[in-house]
Amino acid sequence: MRRFALCAGYMGALYAFILLPVGVLVLFSFQDGRLPIPPFRGPTLRWHEAVLTDRRLMAALWNSAVVAAGSSAVATLLGFLAARGLATGRLAGAAAIRAALLAPLSVSYLVIGLGLLASLNLAGLGLSLWTVAIGHSVINLPLCFAICAAAMGPAVVQAERAARDLGAGEGRVMALVTAPMILPALAAAFLLSMTFSWDEFIIAFLLSRFEVTLPVEIWSLLRGGLNPKTNAVGSLVFLASALVVLAAELALLRRKG
Amino acid sequence: MSLDAAEARRAWALTLPAVVWTVAFFVVPFMAMAALSLWQRTAAGLVPAWTLENYRAILGEPAAVRAILNSIEITLTVTALSVVLAFPLAWIIAEEVPPRWRRLALALAVLPFWTSYVVRSYAWSLMLARQGVLNGWLEGIGLPALDLANSRAATVIGFTHFFTMLLTLTIYASLTQLPPNLRRAAADLGAGPVATFHHVILPLTAPGIAVGAFLTFALCVGDYVTPQILGGGRDLAAAQLVMLNLGRRADIPMAAALSVCLMLLVTLAYLLLARFMRAPR
Repeated sequence: MRRFALCAGYMGALYAFILLPVGVLVLFSFQDGRLPIPPFRGPTLRWHEAVLTDRRLMAALWNSAVVAAGSSAVATLLGFLAARGLATGRLAGAAAIRAALLAPLSVSYLVIGLGLLASLNLAGLGLSLWTVAIGHSVINLPLCFAICAAAMGPAVVQAERAARDLGAGEGRVMALVTAPMILPALAAAFLLSMTFSWDEFIIAFLLSRFEVTLPVEIWSLLRGGLNPKTNAVGSLVFLASALVVLAAELALLRRKG
Repeated sequence: MSLDAAEARRAWALTLPAVVWTVAFFVVPFMAMAALSLWQRTAAGLVPAWTLENYRAILGEPAAVRAILNSIEITLTVTALSVVLAFPLAWIIAEEVPPRWRRLALALAVLPFWTSYVVRSYAWSLMLARQGVLNGWLEGIGLPALDLANSRAATVIGFTHFFTMLLTLTIYASLTQLPPNLRRAAADLGAGPVATFHHVILPLTAPGIAVGAFLTFALCVGDYVTPQILGGGRDLAAAQLVMLNLGRRADIPMAAALSVCLMLLVTLAYLLLARFMRAPR
């Protein structure tokens, strides 16, 4: 009984620590006043409305979605192709190539962003959403490659060979054999990349100019100090992500059951 | 052409795009940054001076050394705190929570992952503000208010929040991989709970903890967002100094040199990890 009380007490305390900031964030997005601090007055939906009618925020939301989808598609495709190439076991220097493809994982985002910024400067190229997407594809490629490589077992390689023996061209092998066989890995790689890109701040901050992504736009909101509108954006983003995760979880459960 | 040669050629064709992409957008930029750290900013603009002057300046400038030390201190504090907080939670979820509730307990423990990264730090600034939620409660129960806004303590709290979640996940994963028989065997051989923990569980989960701690170190030491939002502008962390050089001072070579120093720190931590993983236990 004492053991149970101890465990329950510890769990309660840690859950409070973990969940309270989010709870407070959401609660004060309904604050009927200028400052999201106690006492709580409300509820009101006017800050949520202000977010949804804010042109800049909505544009940034759209930019984030485009950058996330584009960079994740590129990263997943390149990672998938490289995983297939390395899975054949026919490459000289495969270990070195694998290490090179995984290398960006060990470097902080700040350094990756700074490197790209420096070389874009030297090359005289301007910043745009394209450069942000390139930065995000760099951080996501190693993940996509690793996920696809883990799924490319000998069975897949054999099936590819069999399909080629039966006369399938390279495009058909990929679309009709390999991709369906490792579809869960492809989906996982793409969705994981999406979430990383969606939430990434420092690279997007360094590599964008006029058009920005949502985290960067929220960052500029923060300069105005505490504001229930920031709470409302944060709550809405949280709600959207939580729903996506829930949907993914349910889809997985349904598949299993 | 033989079948082997055809397969090798195809393998190259498949792998090449990813290699080219990585070289063009990661390796070359990285080299460019390392090269830039040897340049100098002068009144006439950036000049390729090829000197270690920036590094000498970092070591000779107390503010820069202080910022790097700040980052190391903050990171080590956060890593230690997060491991200490996360281990019991992961343990309770893995051992004491009934199996059917485990998934839910774990999902709840990492729920704030799904808030945006920038917003998480903002949420803590709400909690810790002068007239924020925390001080509201403290006053409610008759305690003096704390002045945590824009302090190192706030940075540490914000980081610890995130990394406690991360470490709960990694430690949970390594705990569930322990074969249950080992514990029974230890008990059979007369070990009490403390001895079992010390001689069986801790050594077997140590690699998982070490990897989690390294991740914490690597992600924490180069972070800009959390110290900038929660720590304020006085007691700078290294990444804040990098951004300051990039922005207000427009000294890209100095920013590059500082980043190289940060990378060296992470490399050092990695070597320590690798050494720890190889050590006999």
